[in-house]
Amino acid sequence: MKNNHKPFSMHLDVSDFLPADKEEKQSLVIMRESVSFWRDGARRFRKNKIAMASLIVIILIFIFAFILPYFYPYGYEQQIRGSENLAPLKYSAAELARIEAGEKVFPHFLGTDQLGRDLTIRLMLGSRISLLVGIVASFLVLLIGSLYGSIAGYFGGKVDMIMMRVVDIIYTVPDILIIILLMVTLKYPLQDLANNVPGFTWINDVGIGLISIFIVFSLLYWVGMARIVRGQILSLKEQEYVTAARALGATHRRIIGKHLLVNCIGPLIVTTTLQIPSAIFTESFLSFIGIGVQAPMPSLGSMASDAIGGIYSYPHRLFAPAIMISLIILSFNLLGDGLRDAFDPKLKN
Amino acid sequence: MGRYIAKRVIMAIFTIWLVATITFFLMFLVPGGPFLAEKSPSAATLEALNRKYGLDKPVIVQYKNYMLNLLKGEFGESIKQRGRTVGDIISTGFKVSAKVGGIAILVSVLIGVPLGCIAALNRGKWLDNLIMVIATFGIAVPSFVLSTVLMIIFSVWLNLLPTYGLSSWRHYIMPVIALSFYPTAYISRLMRTSMLDVLGQDYMRTAKAKGLSQFKTLFKHALRNAILPVVTYLGPLIAYTLTGSFIIEKIFTVPGLGNEFISSITGRDYTMIMGTTIFLATLIIIMNLLVDIAYKIIDPRIKFK
Repeated sequence: MKNNHKPFSMHLDVSDFLPADKEEKQSLVIMRESVSFWRDGARRFRKNKIAMASLIVIILIFIFAFILPYFYPYGYEQQIRGSENLAPLKYSAAELARIEAGEKVFPHFLGTDQLGRDLTIRLMLGSRISLLVGIVASFLVLLIGSLYGSIAGYFGGKVDMIMMRVVDIIYTVPDILIIILLMVTLKYPLQDLANNVPGFTWINDVGIGLISIFIVFSLLYWVGMARIVRGQILSLKEQEYVTAARALGATHRRIIGKHLLVNCIGPLIVTTTLQIPSAIFTESFLSFIGIGVQAPMPSLGSMASDAIGGIYSYPHRLFAPAIMISLIILSFNLLGDGLRDAFDPKLKN
Repeated sequence: MGRYIAKRVIMAIFTIWLVATITFFLMFLVPGGPFLAEKSPSAATLEALNRKYGLDKPVIVQYKNYMLNLLKGEFGESIKQRGRTVGDIISTGFKVSAKVGGIAILVSVLIGVPLGCIAALNRGKWLDNLIMVIATFGIAVPSFVLSTVLMIIFSVWLNLLPTYGLSSWRHYIMPVIALSFYPTAYISRLMRTSMLDVLGQDYMRTAKAKGLSQFKTLFKHALRNAILPVVTYLGPLIAYTLTGSFIIEKIFTVPGLGNEFISSITGRDYTMIMGTTIFLATLIIIMNLLVDIAYKIIDPRIKFK
């Protein structure tokens, strides 16, 4: 390029019209990849120290509840004769004799209960129940709530009005009351189903108490999710891409599934995560009053309830399930808050 | 406004009817009857008992009879607690639960609202962080955990407070703390977020610019606008707390309504189950209605639809 540039000259510089060389082309290539929704959220999430810490705690609890029991020498319903009511890290006379004889006896980290069951393994299994309830129930809530909410929001008008009236009514029903009644009611038909109908024997494997908790929670708690999804869909369906999809002949089902629900994934994730602690909370409450998970399967709530009987003699038995349940609820709450800040900044107020 | 309230009342009656119907039929789906727990009565006695309470008739007829009685305002007699009417049991239990619950609500509002305001006014400083850490823990700890831990510390270890009954003011301390901890934490979080929202509004700047004292801007402008979410939360909270927490009444052996409700379900005391359910549902609906009216008083911009 020559440097005899004349600012007011009408003469065009031929060199401006030459094909770009390699170097020039390189400068036009977009160096940075476009940041996807997930990456963007994950980056924001990783910066949030509290949320990351709670995520790590949750992973540790998962390992504790789902993997460690396989390596643990005691079973949750195994009653060790002579080892009843041991304090943490103590051995019974028989076990001491075995240690004297040179055998290795696995310590009872949290002691044993009045039936000689090791409390550590019971705590693991109890946490497993809590996590299972929290996750499965929230998943069912997500499924029902988002389907119901999106149909109501998408079709609008009379459909919306009737569907939301139903939601309002369920909202006013005192939930604990209906949960307790349903739990008691469901027990018998489920028992019947498990014992008499072939193909349903798996109910006994999972436990009738657990199955009825899943059913009850998904019957009652989807209303909150439905309201949130409906609100999102109401505004999303006015967007141009929905009109475009409709113009191209997309079915209602495709528009809801492929266009609308995908676009409110942020609120969906956040609401589901925040649903987990509340489900865990309710399950422990139900087990505490004795209508949740059935014995001998432990639950954090029933362990706490058992501990109250011996509160004067063995107060230590209460602390492990109490701390565990609080830790689980706390970390899921903090994780939910972190996810909200990362994936759904609009919700933060 | 009159029309709005009339509409709400009709809706409320419909909801109560629906809840009552669902409960009624759910109740009869549960196997076992109210008399099974007693020392195996003879077939003749059982029949006589069933006839006495009308339990020998088909469920539909029983439903019709119950609803007709309900329209007259009669809850009937308790099947388990002979000689006491359901209304009588509910009112005795409710008085106890409402006393503990009322104190707990008062405590949680009186502590939660100022805490939330203080946190919002000191946003990002250590005081804000401290309050929010406590509030986050308050939300995570279930009431049965808190009450049992309190019991271990104050009764078992320190031997300061009694563990059961309600005979003196010292008996109230632990149940009230256990009942009010969660709502206090929740209210302070709610209050903080809504206060932060209000503090950023233009009218707050205007108020400051026209020279109002800080006291006046805070109480007349900020608080009144920021308290709306708390009022929403208070409606159901009051209803649930006044009718008694099953857990806390069980742990501290408080003879309240929550306790009566649980034992009526486990004992299949049909009339009691129905009575308490309808009572609780009605209370919740009334509280929600009151909340909506309180809205209008606090914020005149809100219009009833």
